[in-house]
Order: sequence, then structure tokens, then C-alpha cells
Amino acid sequence: MNLQAFLVVAAALVSVGLFGALTQQSIVMVMMGLELLLNGVILAAAAFWYFLAPSGTEGQVLIVIVVTAMAIEMAAGFAVTTAIYRAKRIDMTDDATELRG
Amino acid sequence: MSAVLPLGWAVLLPVLLLAVTWAVVAADVLAAGRAGGRPVPWTVAALTPAREALRLLVGQRRRAVGGDELLRGIGGAVLPLAALLAAVVLPLGLRPVADLGVGIVWFNAMEVFAWAAVWLVGWGSNSTLSLIGGYRFVAQGLAWELPHMFALITAAVGAQSLRVTDVVAAQQGLWFVVIMPVAFVAFLLSVAAMAFWGPFGAPVGRDVAGGAAAELGGVDRLVFVTGRWLLLVAAAAMAVPLFLGGGHGPWLPAWAWVLVKTLAVLAAVVALRHRLPTIRMERWTEFSLVVLTPATIAQALVVTLVALGEGGLR
Amino acid sequence: MTTALFVVLAATAVVAGALVFRVDSMARATFLLLLSFLAVAGLVLMTGLQYVGLVIVLMMVIEMVVMAVFMIMYMMNPAGLMSMSMFHNTRGAAVIAAATFVALAGGALLVDWPVRGGSPAPDPTMALGESLMSGQMLTMMTLGVTLFATIVGTVVLATGRGRYDRLGDELDAPASDDRDRGGVGR
Repeated sequence: MNLQAFLVVAAALVSVGLFGALTQQSIVMVMMGLELLLNGVILAAAAFWYFLAPSGTEGQVLIVIVVTAMAIEMAAGFAVTTAIYRAKRIDMTDDATELRG
Repeated sequence: MSAVLPLGWAVLLPVLLLAVTWAVVAADVLAAGRAGGRPVPWTVAALTPAREALRLLVGQRRRAVGGDELLRGIGGAVLPLAALLAAVVLPLGLRPVADLGVGIVWFNAMEVFAWAAVWLVGWGSNSTLSLIGGYRFVAQGLAWELPHMFALITAAVGAQSLRVTDVVAAQQGLWFVVIMPVAFVAFLLSVAAMAFWGPFGAPVGRDVAGGAAAELGGVDRLVFVTGRWLLLVAAAAMAVPLFLGGGHGPWLPAWAWVLVKTLAVLAAVVALRHRLPTIRMERWTEFSLVVLTPATIAQALVVTLVALGEGGLR
Repeated sequence: MTTALFVVLAATAVVAGALVFRVDSMARATFLLLLSFLAVAGLVLMTGLQYVGLVIVLMMVIEMVVMAVFMIMYMMNPAGLMSMSMFHNTRGAAVIAAATFVALAGGALLVDWPVRGGSPAPDPTMALGESLMSGQMLTMMTLGVTLFATIVGTVVLATGRGRYDRLGDELDAPASDDRDRGGVGR
């Protein structure tokens, strides 16, 4: 158990989450990918705190921020999904093309 | 004297909880008989839990066609497990099985697994009525979780610690129920709601043919129902260290006080249960979010001001 | 012992996370994601951050149950009873994800990390609380305001019938024409 091991696991979580967010067609599944990505960030923050700067509290504060970001991401994501679905009956990223330039 | 009980108590804890649960179920049968106008002799009531358990043990399990057996099984097993894990921070006497520095957060985090458990059972049964039951629990949960958390926070603020034994120690003179009555009432309400029991029984209500538990038979139902009762007992027992002074009291030893107070809380909820109708989710949600949440926030503020007035951070 | 626990938790986190995008049932996907979060919470607990670790457990259980509700609501095939592919641009994404992993893991292994400075506070929970209420107060206040803005914004976005729908353009209708009673429009 050392910093490198933690960071490699975190990198794996970030990559899997990124893969999911990029490949999924459903908006809700895209959000699951983003959550997994942030999951990796949490792990990395805890590892950095423990192995590099345990005397401070910045690591913990960072985790609190990320967890809040996850809550906001999910709330905002579902609100947008609901709004799009109400307006156009679509739930797929490929169909939501209003902002395509 | 170390701060925690010897390890053997970890084995004894489920036995103790089950014994109290037995007593509560028997008392509930008695109360139901009286409320229904057909009193049950106490000898019959005392044996009812065992008889029901045996009946369910030998009963046929039910498998739903196209259901998700794995998720349903996990959901059913998680319910009693969550109750047992939440109970490890309960001081039996003055010492708990595990004296965690963040015991109150642990209790909250474990008991919240009931959300996942009930929804999973409702989903895995592949029946509309079960799923409706699962959704009902989530809707109720969103309403009770906030007042519940504020009630827990208020007790923690009063003791200036998240450690349950510190909360008990802080009540040596004055029980917290005296200075935070609103939090106590909100906690008791959320205890019943957490175990989707009594007025909050809509998730397994008769109008949806048993709701989340509609498709459960045999041992599955036994585990689910036991888990639900265990959750009620564990959560109600938590009211004792948080608000009712834990093991503190004259004459009797600490463990006896904990037992007496726990049984008193449970007797109060069982007695109230048969006087109240099931409340509809939307009404409860509205009351909880419009009245209970602001009230518990105000309660937390008052207790915080008192704590600050007494000299701030220790 | 510690190493074994680390390996088990790390493997659970990554494998459950990857399976999220492989299973057909949305309920299973959601709760696999929860399993991944719980494993990470276990790893965080292993570093001694009790409070933060338990808050992750608490929050993620609730969040994933709510997530499941929305998944069932918005997916055309929530139970995964018929197999269907919901992917697009798999190859490109795989390249990007692999490159990200190589860059991040390579960085983690190759960078010469500084030595550990200091030791953890005796009670990290207390330290976090004191820090959030003094030095990091601005962080806490920003989070609070952001969350409040999120509540307002999401309600505005997600609501189907606003007050102008319920009470008329001049907001002067004596009673709202809601189907369901209760709430502010009773």
C-alpha cells in the first residue's frame, strides 16, 4: 500500500469513467460515467492527503468539494434530462442537437 | 475499564436485539388485539413471533418470473445487516461494541442502507405493486432523512462530539430530551418511518397488496420482516443514548437503565402505532419538508447557541 | 493483511466500475456503481479518514437509489430484458480512455513524489471541522451558495407547471387548477 498503488487505481477509475461518459448514448448513463470519474478523484485526493501532506486538511476539504460537485452534477443533470424530455421526448445524447454549431 | 465491550459481545449483540424484537412483536400483537376489540391472551402473544417464524421457515419460497433474484436476495439480506451494523455503536450500559469516533455518522450511514434494501426488494420481485412499494419508500425516505439528520446533528452539537459515548457522558446531569424536544420527536418519527412501520407503512401497505414485500414468501419474507423489526428496535434504542441519558440513572446499573429506557421508547411507539392511521406519502412529504425540517433546523440553531453560550468549543 | 484488503477493495472498485457499462439491467448498473463507491469509501477509510469515508457511504447510497429511480424513468430498456447496444464511438473513446490511463498511471509511477510531510492530526474529523470553520470558511460558504443555486436552478428546469400555469398570467386566480391538492397551490 503506497501512493503509486492508490494513484494507479484512481487512474483506472478515471479512465473507465471517461470511457463510459464518452461511449454511452443515454444521458443518464453519461452521468454514471462522470460519477465514476469523480470517484477516482476522491481516491486520489485521499491518497495525496495520506501520503504527502497528512498534517494539513486540504485533502479532506478537496474530498468534501468533490462530493458536493457530484451531488450538484447529478441534480443538474437530472433536471436537464427532465427538461429535455418534457420538451422533446428524447433521452439520448445523439438526439439533443440544439447547440450543434 | 476500557471504552468498548469485550469482543464476545459482537456475537451477543444480535441475540440481544432479537430478544428485544421478540418482546416488541409480542407487545404489538397484544396491542393490535386490544385495538381490534379482540384481546389476545399474553401467552398466545408471547409465542406468536416463534410461530410466525417457524411458519415462514417451512413455507414455500416464491420466485418471480423474470425477476432479478440476485438483487432481491441482496436487498433482503441487507435490511437486517444494516440494522445490526447500525447497532454496534449502541452503548449497552455505558460501553458499546465499537466505540467509533464518528459513531453517529456510522449509525446514519448504516441505517440508510435500508433505502437500497427496500427498493431492491421491490424492484427484484418483478411486480408492479412491489415496485410501487419500493418507490413509496424512497419518496418517504427523502422526506424523513433531512429531519432525521438534523436531529442527530443536534444531539452531536449538544455533546460537541460525534462519539456516542461522549453524547451519553454529556447527559450525566440533564437529559438532552429536555433541551432538544423537537429533535427528539423528529427522531422518533423518523425511526418509525425508517422501519416503514405504523403510520409510515405505505411501502408495504394493504392498498398495494403488501407493496415491496408482496412477492416474498417463506424464508425471504422472514428475513425481510425480521430486518424491518430489527431496524425499528435498533433505531429506537439509539434514542436512549442520544436523548434519554443512556445508562445514566439512579439505583439500577447502567445496562438495566438502557434496557428499561429502550423498552419504554418501544412501548410508546407500539402504543401510538395502533392509534394512528397510515399517512399518505405526499402529505407526510409536505409536512416533513415544510414543518419538520425548518423546526429541526431551528432546534439545532438553539442548541448551538446554548453550546456557544456555555463557553464555545471545549 | 493491509495489502490484501487494499487489493480486494481496489479490484472491487475498478471491476464493479467497468461492469457498470457492461450489464443490461439498469438497476444492476446503478448498484454496481454503488459497489464501486463503497469500495472507494473503504479505501478512504483505510487512510484513516473516518468521517469523510462514512459520508461517502451515506451520500452514495442515497444518491444511487435516487439515480436508480431516474434510470428506470428515462431508459427505454431499464430491466435489460432485451439485449441492445447503447454505445456510440466505442473505438475513439477506448483510445482516449487508454491514453488517459497511460498518462495518469505513468505520471503516478514516474514522478518523483516528495517525502511525506508531517503526520495526521490526532482527530482528522476535528481538524476538518476546524479548518472548514476558519481557514476554509470561504470554501464552505461557496459550496453552500452553489448548492442553494443548484436547488433553485434544478427546480426551475425540472418543474412541469410553474406558478403562471397554475395561477394564470396575472397570478390572480383564486385557486390553482392543479389536479393534486397540497403544496403551495392548495
